[in-house]
Amino acid sequence: MGSYILKRLVSAIPVLLGITVIVFAIMALIPGDPATAILGSYATPENVEKLNRDLGLDKPAVQRYAIWLWNMVQGDFGRSFSLNRPVLDEVLDRFGATLVLAGTSFVLCSVVGVAAGVVSAARQYGAADRGITFAVLLGISIPSFFLGMMMILLFAVRLRWFPASGMWPIYGDRHLWVLLRHLTMPALALAVVATGVVARLARSAMLEVLRQDYIRTARAKGVPERGVIWRHALRAAMVSIIPVLGIQAGFVLSGAVYIEMVFQWPGVGRMLVDAILKRDILLVQGGVVFVAACYVLFNIVVDVAQSLLDPRIKT
Amino acid sequence: MGVLTWTRRGVLATGTALALSLGLPAAAQTPPGVLIVGQIAEPKALDPAAVTAVNDFRILMNVYDGLVRYKSGTLEVEPALATSWEISEDGTEYAFALREDVSFHDGSPFDAEAVVFNFERMLNEDHPFHDTGPFPLAFFFSSVASVEAVDELTVKFTLSEPYAPFLSNLAYPTGLIVSPAAVEQYGADFARNPSGTGAFTFAEWRSNEAVVVEANPDYWDGAPALQAVVFRPITDANTRTAEMLAGGIDMMVEVPPVALSEFRGDSFRIFEQAGPHVWFLILNAKEGPFADKKVRQAANYAINKEALVNDVLEGTAEVAAGPTPPAFAWAYNEALEPYPYDPEKAKALLAEAGAEGAELTFFVTEGGSGMLDPIAMGTAIQADLNAVGFDTRIETYEWNTFLGEVNPGLEGKADMAEMAWMTNDPDTLPFLALRSEAWPDKGGFNSGYYSNPEVDELLEKARVATDQDERATLYKQMQEIVQEDAPWVFVANWKQNAVTSDRVEGFELQPSFFLLLDEVTKN
Repeated sequence: MGSYILKRLVSAIPVLLGITVIVFAIMALIPGDPATAILGSYATPENVEKLNRDLGLDKPAVQRYAIWLWNMVQGDFGRSFSLNRPVLDEVLDRFGATLVLAGTSFVLCSVVGVAAGVVSAARQYGAADRGITFAVLLGISIPSFFLGMMMILLFAVRLRWFPASGMWPIYGDRHLWVLLRHLTMPALALAVVATGVVARLARSAMLEVLRQDYIRTARAKGVPERGVIWRHALRAAMVSIIPVLGIQAGFVLSGAVYIEMVFQWPGVGRMLVDAILKRDILLVQGGVVFVAACYVLFNIVVDVAQSLLDPRIKT
Repeated sequence: MGVLTWTRRGVLATGTALALSLGLPAAAQTPPGVLIVGQIAEPKALDPAAVTAVNDFRILMNVYDGLVRYKSGTLEVEPALATSWEISEDGTEYAFALREDVSFHDGSPFDAEAVVFNFERMLNEDHPFHDTGPFPLAFFFSSVASVEAVDELTVKFTLSEPYAPFLSNLAYPTGLIVSPAAVEQYGADFARNPSGTGAFTFAEWRSNEAVVVEANPDYWDGAPALQAVVFRPITDANTRTAEMLAGGIDMMVEVPPVALSEFRGDSFRIFEQAGPHVWFLILNAKEGPFADKKVRQAANYAINKEALVNDVLEGTAEVAAGPTPPAFAWAYNEALEPYPYDPEKAKALLAEAGAEGAELTFFVTEGGSGMLDPIAMGTAIQADLNAVGFDTRIETYEWNTFLGEVNPGLEGKADMAEMAWMTNDPDTLPFLALRSEAWPDKGGFNSGYYSNPEVDELLEKARVATDQDERATLYKQMQEIVQEDAPWVFVANWKQNAVTSDRVEGFELQPSFFLLLDEVTKN
């Protein structure tokens, strides 16, 4: 097992190196440079050249890449020029906020989606099924950023139930309760589409299972309907639901970008959009590499866990 | 089945209870005495020498003072940290008498040495704290040859050549004075631990959430009425509008034109103020149809500027008459009338020049500082030009890419390009963008290659004249010639806007576009 983990970790190194090359190349090749972005209308060739020199961008690309990589290996991601603080501090702060938002949405979409799918399948063609199917169709058809804006208009501007934006109140203590108040709308808006997808898949997976002989057997031997559905059928259906949940986790994480923009959530997606617009090279590079490293690590953990659970996967 | 029903009801009840308890404590009112300002972005730094964006200036102007400042409601210079100054005959020496008994927020004294430290840090590459930069706008003071402390409260600047905009550059945020002791203490982190002499003292900066400043009770110009100001970055304009409507902020700047109608009513106040901004089209006077002055004038007649400012910009701008915005009241030529919208005259001029059906490549940007609504404006302009017989093709670029295309000059690429400038002195824009010596290959912004020796001479003269009336006469002459030569299509002067809740009193927008809050109160 240990050697398998080691092998996977070693094989991640070329992947990460490839990512550093790609993100560095993209930032080096896109038109517009940080000095122009900083100087705006004052970007004379002379000023741009001086500022590039001050920023250390006058060196050849290969040399800059080597310096950047070497510093990063030592844990120094550099300093963001647009925020004037260490890139790693900023990325860690922002990534934490994104995890809170995306994690909540993921839990929401898993629990609600699976439950809706199960109820829908259990009451096939009943009123509950039709209601849920309609709601699901509506849910997956509404773009999350639009839903978010409508929620702000209704619940923040009209009814004033929830704060319109941000993660923490401007004044007062930071405790779980106020975080939940700020989290409710963005997490719901982000979860809606994923919930719809999960519910649809859970419904068809359940219907598939409910047709099996052993379900008929369970019913025949007198297991109460609730037990049949939740214990026997759902457990079997989860095998095909779980991979979908995995995909939805990625979807929720990337969809967080829009929601972070709409709700001013201080997450990593919004950070990257701002950084790209400002041509904050080190922040973009550091942010992308960090997020990519997390994905790679997450995948390794999942693979290792799966190999532990499923003996068919060779170690 | 009964259990299932109970469970379902239980879930419903729990959910409702949760929703109610989360939602019920209605969004708290912002506290009195604390002004919460919706900003358009996270500030880059709170070091005035290091920043370039109006967004950052809005915070900085409340934390720092300069030697001089703009008189409220104008763009004319008045004393601030300097109480008076003397300019030598030849206009190369400026001696400032400094205000007594002023301290920085960190307790260190403000004196001549502090002023010297500030300018040395920015301009002298060998200064021990020059590495706290980069200082992108240091060239505002590139004419400064030396700064010396004559005595404790007198500081003398020697310029390498006479440079009339020097005083108004000192009033610009780049000239704000920072505490040398704080720079020495924090080094590169000074930008997140600022210390000045201004009406508000820096309290905290929570990344991506807020910058908080608190009243400075010892402010030399009278302690502010507010206890504190919170600057919240809300980059999305729709969210900023919603947050204002929801009562989460007390003041927002740069309200999108279409959202202004939301705030017409008793619970809000709308402020508008024309500023030193001009939105124009650079025309390529070197090659193609616009090399002919008649065709350039035809473009000025062809475009319906009234429709642009009223319909596209919803009245958030005024029609521009020439290259100098009216906000520079002392230097603006009141006699100038904008080119009227006259498509027939445009057609006649085109026929005279034999340029009917001329093909134009038009560079349009997607956004950018001061560019207002560039895509919609570009489309309307294209339609107007085509209506009089041009054949206009738009090429759209993202802002940074756009600058990279336009600033090196339009030759071989385009016939016209959108552009907008906000400046602090009537010298800046024409000097950098209309002189023959300012063609891109000479390091200027004259991307359309306009050249008129008369204009060159007027601008050179105005720059070295120290008498304001004399400068005003020269600028007025320049505006007349430039309007007639039409190197640009003069389109609009932006009116900056802001909205406050009815709890905010004593607020005024400044023509400088700075946000000054020391007289504001909030109930």
